[in-house]
Amino acid sequence: MAERERRLTPPRGGVFVPRVQVLAPEDVQRAITRIAHEIVERNRGLDDVVVIGLQTGGVPLAFRLAQVLEEMEATTVPVGMLDVAFYRDDIGIRPVLAEAITAIPCDLAGQLVILVDDVLFTGRTVRAALNALADYGRARAVQLAVMVDRGHRELPVRPDYVGKNMPTRLDEQVDVSLDGVVLGDVVAR
Amino acid sequence: MTPPSPLPDADELKPPPLSDAGRHLLSISDLGAEGIEEVLRVSDAFVEVASRPIPKVPALRGRTVVTLFAEESTRTRLSFETAAKRLSADVLSFAVASSSVKKGESLRDTVETVAAMGVDAFIVRHPSAGAPAQVAGWVDATVINAGDGWHEHPTQALLDCYTIRQVLAERAGRPVSESGVGDFAGLRVAIVGDVAHSRVARSGVLAFAALGAEVTLVAPGSLVPPSLEGWPVTGVSHDLDAVLPHVDVCYLLRLQTERGAGSFLPSIREYTAGYGLTLRRAGLLADGALVMHPGPMNRGVEIADEVADLPRSLVLRQVANGVAVRMAVLFLLLGQVVRGDATGTVADLGHGYGPVDG
Repeated sequence: MAERERRLTPPRGGVFVPRVQVLAPEDVQRAITRIAHEIVERNRGLDDVVVIGLQTGGVPLAFRLAQVLEEMEATTVPVGMLDVAFYRDDIGIRPVLAEAITAIPCDLAGQLVILVDDVLFTGRTVRAALNALADYGRARAVQLAVMVDRGHRELPVRPDYVGKNMPTRLDEQVDVSLDGVVLGDVVAR
Repeated sequence: MTPPSPLPDADELKPPPLSDAGRHLLSISDLGAEGIEEVLRVSDAFVEVASRPIPKVPALRGRTVVTLFAEESTRTRLSFETAAKRLSADVLSFAVASSSVKKGESLRDTVETVAAMGVDAFIVRHPSAGAPAQVAGWVDATVINAGDGWHEHPTQALLDCYTIRQVLAERAGRPVSESGVGDFAGLRVAIVGDVAHSRVARSGVLAFAALGAEVTLVAPGSLVPPSLEGWPVTGVSHDLDAVLPHVDVCYLLRLQTERGAGSFLPSIREYTAGYGLTLRRAGLLADGALVMHPGPMNRGVEIADEVADLPRSLVLRQVANGVAVRMAVLFLLLGQVVRGDATGTVADLGHGYGPVDG
């Protein structure tokens, strides 16, 4: 869960209290490298591949993944970022997040989009992201890569590439960055 | 493309100002510098939305917005309606001139009737100052002031601020999304013309000054408001030629003849001679100074034909940005509203906040 989301904890903003380091920085790098290999294997190369990171937690992972893919196949991989605040289904249920930058590097029609996020949880962000992507053109296919799958899905969403499957309690929080994966709680200030 | 800079620590994050300042946008002073900055930042996201192949997002799906205009308008009304439609809200358009108000129904009864149909926001333009504030007292819906008499026109000021920020960011060669409002510190703005009758001037002065700009009013004595108490201006001048070389932004106001501005002047020609931005006067402007006008322009009165079409004139860009800025205002006011009847797993988790990742 990225920093800006924590703002929503009552009474406006919470503090993340880490409990367990689940993945070390090297583990995250290895997971990204493995996911990169899986992407190349499954798609037999990187033709038409565009990497899109979901704001905000998925963006650094997406840039790193694109970099690894480029080094691996000696080609260029367009990389972008997408904010789905305007597509969420919980507008009206809770305050909206301040939105972050959306920058899609090319027309997505006919492209193979690798959607990258830090944590897969309810699946609602991914649902919103798929709707948002459709407004940028009809992608040939969309595949989902996440660093952590923590379960508790509320929609029929399944990741294609997973860094780590991690069963969690509903009230726990998972913090993902290139510096590792930490399990903890958000405590109201 | 480079990754964005990391976000600030949770401690530095502030609550969204609009949600606490109230559900209405009646005056720029409702926002304060922080609120203005929030609107400008959110507007960036909607400028990006406008550049998409499908420039429409579902953010306000199911919300109903009414435009209640008791005065003529082209750009403001169409701009608000476009903004609401691009947010997927349903838009009801209500022209007072062709409504039951003509049959003698009071504004209050009319507004309450419309509100009873289930409306989330009223966008109100009215010839009387304070009318939107009155409407806000009558209904539960959000009210946005789209211009009330001589009082205020807050979204115009916001889109003007956005346009200035955008142009200055472009000149500095950095993405507008990385611009805060620092560019406004010490920016010299001259607001020229019919200040007394202009709601744009009042909102503009409040907004520019809140962001740190130095605002000078330039007008004939008869068109300066009788009291400038509460106007955060650095000066008042009656000599446009002397002011022009020293400003970064020359903001022209329309001569509001429909509000009787003509009777404060010996003649329109004399006004143009003293305060119109002619081609000769435009030559006095410093390199890079911007020319702005809220529209509709009286070409040949406050702005010469040739000047209106100069590259430094931002008039059409103001209009284009108007849609994005109004989308931001609608989104911040309506998207923040938590509906009482809303249910869902996100709200039901019991610990007060919902899962937001994945």
